[in-house]
Amino acid sequence: MSELSVNHLLGIKYLTKKDIQLIFETADHFKEVINRPIKKVPSLRDITIANLFFENSTRTKLSFELAEKRLSADVINFSASQSSVKKGETLIDTVNNILSMKVDMVVMRHPNPGAGVFLSQHVDASIINAGDGAHEHPTQALLDSYSIRERLGDVKGKNVVIVGDILHSRVALSNIYALQLQGANVMVCGPKTLLPKYIKDLGVKVETDLRKALNWCDVANMLRVQNERMDISYFPTTREYTQQYGVNKLLLNSLDKEIIIMHPGPINRGVEITSDVADSDQAIILDQVQNGVAIRMAVIYLLASKIKH
Amino acid sequence: MSQKVLLNAKEVNIILHRLACQLIENHNDFSNTVLIGLQPRGKYLANRLASMLKSDYKIKNIELGHLDITFFRDDFRRGEKILEANTTDINFIVENKNIVFIDDVLYTGRSIRAALTAIQSFGRPNEIELLTLIDRRFSRHLPIQPNYRGRQVDAINEEKVKVNWAENEGEDSVYLIK
Repeated sequence: MSELSVNHLLGIKYLTKKDIQLIFETADHFKEVINRPIKKVPSLRDITIANLFFENSTRTKLSFELAEKRLSADVINFSASQSSVKKGETLIDTVNNILSMKVDMVVMRHPNPGAGVFLSQHVDASIINAGDGAHEHPTQALLDSYSIRERLGDVKGKNVVIVGDILHSRVALSNIYALQLQGANVMVCGPKTLLPKYIKDLGVKVETDLRKALNWCDVANMLRVQNERMDISYFPTTREYTQQYGVNKLLLNSLDKEIIIMHPGPINRGVEITSDVADSDQAIILDQVQNGVAIRMAVIYLLASKIKH
Repeated sequence: MSQKVLLNAKEVNIILHRLACQLIENHNDFSNTVLIGLQPRGKYLANRLASMLKSDYKIKNIELGHLDITFFRDDFRRGEKILEANTTDINFIVENKNIVFIDDVLYTGRSIRAALTAIQSFGRPNEIELLTLIDRRFSRHLPIQPNYRGRQVDAINEEKVKVNWAENEGEDSVYLIK
């Protein structure tokens, strides 16, 4: 069997098409495992994984922890808010202290872009990036593509639009890389202030009219407006944003075809997506969450099999 | 590399009929019995036996599943090769059932050990038996023996026993490869 071309999962941009294929095929098996009466396998019983979260997270942290436990790995959790980071310890010192307790793998979320890459160059452990600032969030992009593949059969040739706050979104960048690698057509849509200036260089279509974007696409991935990362005002009011870039049932019903709605969470109901859309059959938001565990199990399993015994 | 025929198509067929009859002797109408082929290679033998029981011995309602043991193996990260998973396909409850594990070759017994752990994810069976086409005697690492065996073979560790199936390799045969 082929193996991953990388020893760490730092971003989608380091992966090949074959890697993604391998992760998806492995995730298929794990999806079957997590639907068994007993959802646990003993593969990683001699592996210890540290979850280092230097930034808040609910879904991703729970999903990683569940994936690790379903693989029987030992897990230690660390949140920056309750740690010595507040006392002035550097990232490398923090991680090396944790690694000296014989940890094999690190899952890290960090507010600074490139934190994962930096860490992988300085410490001797397999690193999984669980989100680094506005840079990448590879496992989210993998589970998004996996969910599209599950619903539509294939990602290749599909039209996918990413709507909303592209500027502050690591999900957007990772999704663009992952979708393009698999042969999908990608469009970004949002207010001009929230579209990065050079986004076109990534080979994506750019649209500011949501209706046009939705008419073009098979799948719409709705992103949250990341108020916590905004130091200035990017649009006049939330109400105006919702009117221009919020998806509601009326808008979806007026389209020629039925499109699939995705959301990486957390949802701001009534802002980028209304409740009747989020809870409808068109939305695969909860499938994404379930697939997240299978994808993370696959990534951890494949990386762990490269750690020397 | 030389190879020697251990069983030809006719001999395989006779053995399969004998194994099917032995199963009927112990499991009657199979109302509380399930057959589980172990992935990847045991599935062919399991499929063959199940269809033989149905067509030649008129046994209805044979329940057949395939179990993959990859994630339960004890050699994860211990070899050069990355372990490749296969599909598990068990669409029934094994609670209180009599299970027959079916594999083509019994060698060290480690796969069976993994299967015994893996099947626990699907409930607590009443009893588990083991059926194997080829039993490589004197090669066991664990105290595991088959309940039904097609042929016992003495092969040394460097030798390999290869079971071919008509639906996959074009012929039913068993070779000893040196």
